[in-house]
Amino acid sequence: MFHNLAQLPRYRGLIQSLVARELKARYRGSVLGFFWSFINPLTLLLIYTFVFKYVMPAAVKGADPYPLFMFCGILPWTWFASSLVESSGVLISGGNLIKKVLFPAEILPIVTVTANMIHFFLALPILVVFLIVYRAPLTVSELLWFPFVVAVQYVFTLGCALILSALTVHFRDIKDILSNVLTLWFFATPIIYPYLFAPDIAKRFLNWNPMAHIVISYQEILFFNGPFGHWKWLLALAVASVGLFLAGYWIFDRLRDSFAEEV
Amino acid sequence: MTSAIEVSRVSKIYRRFSHRKQFATLKSALLSRSLIKNLRPDETFTALNDVSLRVPRGTTLGVIGRNGSGKSTLLKLVAGITKPSSGTVTVDGRISALIELGAGFHPEISGRENVFINGIMLGLTRREVTQRFDEIVEFAEMKEFIDAPVKTYSSGMYMRLGFAVAIHVDPDVLLVDEVLAVGDEGFTHKCLDKFGEFKRRGKTILLVTHSLGMVERFCDEALWLDAGRIKGSGDPKRIVGAYITDVEQREEKELAATDAKARQSASAAIVSPDEPASAVLPDTPMETATGPADMFRATEGRWGSREIEITDVALLGPDGQPAHIFQSGEPLDLRIRMRAPLPIDDFVVGVGVFNAEGICCYGTNTYIEELTPEWLVGDAQAIFSIESLDLVEGTYKMDVAIHKMDGYPYDYHRLLYTFRVKSRTKDVGIYRPRHGWRFSGDVRFKKTTGSS
Repeated sequence: MFHNLAQLPRYRGLIQSLVARELKARYRGSVLGFFWSFINPLTLLLIYTFVFKYVMPAAVKGADPYPLFMFCGILPWTWFASSLVESSGVLISGGNLIKKVLFPAEILPIVTVTANMIHFFLALPILVVFLIVYRAPLTVSELLWFPFVVAVQYVFTLGCALILSALTVHFRDIKDILSNVLTLWFFATPIIYPYLFAPDIAKRFLNWNPMAHIVISYQEILFFNGPFGHWKWLLALAVASVGLFLAGYWIFDRLRDSFAEEV
Repeated sequence: MTSAIEVSRVSKIYRRFSHRKQFATLKSALLSRSLIKNLRPDETFTALNDVSLRVPRGTTLGVIGRNGSGKSTLLKLVAGITKPSSGTVTVDGRISALIELGAGFHPEISGRENVFINGIMLGLTRREVTQRFDEIVEFAEMKEFIDAPVKTYSSGMYMRLGFAVAIHVDPDVLLVDEVLAVGDEGFTHKCLDKFGEFKRRGKTILLVTHSLGMVERFCDEALWLDAGRIKGSGDPKRIVGAYITDVEQREEKELAATDAKARQSASAAIVSPDEPASAVLPDTPMETATGPADMFRATEGRWGSREIEITDVALLGPDGQPAHIFQSGEPLDLRIRMRAPLPIDDFVVGVGVFNAEGICCYGTNTYIEELTPEWLVGDAQAIFSIESLDLVEGTYKMDVAIHKMDGYPYDYHRLLYTFRVKSRTKDVGIYRPRHGWRFSGDVRFKKTTGSS
């Protein structure tokens, strides 16, 4: 396993070109092309803003300006959720490569997660515009945490993606289970409501949700006033994510030999 | 010479899950707690069984064998795409596997970008691809189209580009799986030239193919796999010869079986002489000789009054033994045994040879050849002797019939006897006249090797 893991940096170039291909191919042929990376989260934002500002405003008191608050959570969530959905099918759709070319299969989920991270980055300019418009209280020391949160999320997502992609080869219905789990997970993460307003019982559950800590970290850095107080949780999560990644890689490595026959 | 590929005592067992359906969902597997139990296969298929081989550096090994004999599995094991169930595979040097060309191409992006990605996938660096890019495009003959998305390519273009990239990876060991069937004649020659160049440069090639001629011409050694085991290895001519013999014996058996079946079902359905037979058989003495106008009626079967019965028909090879496979130009004897319980003075014995398309290649009978019948009674035997079977390669069926001079059938066997003609020359048509070539003037041909 560690031997294979050590080989990974050698495939940097390949991952790079595959990510570039993924990005190019995704919007090839559509009129708006890359703009979809902006439009998709914007639409989502509009819908939720409408619902929570005008339909049931009482639910989100204290998270104002609401669009900015939502954006801090929805962007990383989109990255996370679409990475998982795509990586659950990536070994099957890339079966041709696994069966016909000598190809390190873990590259496929890695490419998926990385490509989605690039989409996340592409949507950041909108977030910057929101931050300027609403004059968000930003401090440099807080902003230094931002890349760290991104890194933690990357490793965490990668760990999940490795496990999912490997298991889906054997259990195809993980894909369907996943879409349901993700819906639940979305509402179990303080994206459309602030963590502070969750009842105490709910908070206890939320603490067990790794994505909650990632999203709270983004919100504290970009949205809430005051120093970044969530760093202890984040560091713990960073350690756990590395553990998850190693566990995911181990599972992937164990199942690797079966891919060429099962996909 | 050191060996480039070493396969020692390798077996590959594929698993089959017959109760696949019952545990196809994770939930049910968890619920029944049979996840682990069910992951164990209950049926296995041995694709390769204790195979060992050594390919010295710089040699070209041709692997032949019937479909499903394990050739492609062997190639995948050497390529490292699958792992052996037991045994070890060692390969020294960079491998390039031409198993499926253009396997990693993405249809939406341009040929240019795909060449880069494919090249990197096959183990080149970006700079190496840049260096070889022009060469690749030129080899693939794709200059005008290289910037179009791959989905707009024809399948030939797709394959050519895939081949060009794979071959320019500059491997030490090249694995080729039956990919030369793609592309037009010109491109195939180019590929063969490229293989020749590889050989000269001392690269090792492992070639899986059904083209036996290529193995004979091109390979230093041949390996014959049969049902996952090595059935022979060594000199390509010898191995190919042995393989052909084996295939012929198998075909012989198959033909004999289908032949027997056809006869059985035909004798089960006997048409009485009074009725439809006259409709099937017009007044001409030998329907089979009248030309293709009636040929669409030609379905196999047997009919007749059996006043004279054909009891046995056999095709005899040059050794006098019954056979179903003949080399073109070989002698063939058709032995017809018949029996007439009562003496009969009006009879014609006829034969017809039809090719697979149902076209009559030849038909004759004793009446056409002006043999006037006097009598026939009891057991009799006729031998229709063909000195030299001058037919092109293919499967043929035979009519054997005995009837009155006016066409009234005693026993008519329609297309019941099958035989196959083999030929080393792949000429075409219906009939091969005895022939030769003579040239005058300043004409010269290269001496060919390998062809016999």
